[in-house]
Amino acid sequence: MARVLLFGRLADLAGWRERRIEADSLVSLRSAISAADPDLGEALQGPSVQVALDKVLVRGDRTLGPDAEVAFLPPMSGG
Amino acid sequence: MSVTLQTEPFDPGELLSAFCQGRRETGGICSFTGLARAEAGQTRLLTLEAYPGFTDAAIAAMAQAAALRFDLQDWRIVHRIGPISPGEAIVFVATAAAHRRAAFEACDHLMDWLKSRAPFWKQEQGPAGSRWIEPTSQDLADASRWDRSAD
Repeated sequence: MARVLLFGRLADLAGWRERRIEADSLVSLRSAISAADPDLGEALQGPSVQVALDKVLVRGDRTLGPDAEVAFLPPMSGG
Repeated sequence: MSVTLQTEPFDPGELLSAFCQGRRETGGICSFTGLARAEAGQTRLLTLEAYPGFTDAAIAAMAQAAALRFDLQDWRIVHRIGPISPGEAIVFVATAAAHRRAAFEACDHLMDWLKSRAPFWKQEQGPAGSRWIEPTSQDLADASRWDRSAD
């Protein structure tokens, strides 16, 4: 089960900030999210949304271990 | 050389005094304190969201790079997260160097980066409701002054 974190406007859109989702890759995770919430799935595909796996930014697909932490990061505002 | 993200208010004077202690080889310390602005009553509350473990690591990595670039002896960054009321201190940056110019420039550089590129998500709550905000074009232009390609 991946631990999925949402920040900023993505969390508002989804109505949650943290959830455990069964997925063995980032692609399957996105599919699971889209199946449950198509609007959120589409928002996560936006070009300005970055993905961090275990707190490191990644691009493309990745395998997810049982304790993976995946964060979807909307554009950062600065402090 | 440390970064702290905290929900509690801080006293910039205390932070600066502590940072100045025990320095026999430091010629200059520069500090900056940023306050949350009310924006003529349009902002009642600012809420900053961070990703613990990611946001602080990104800030520390950036500050360590700046320390090398400007030959800093030390630096300290404290940033509020969570709800922040107008007038409260939101960020404190201090830099220590053998000579003042490096301390000034590094502090300016760190603030430009923090304002535009640090991984925070900022929400303003005002009379018309709340909205997520992104860096202004001025913030981005300020930060780009320090890009190596522009040297």
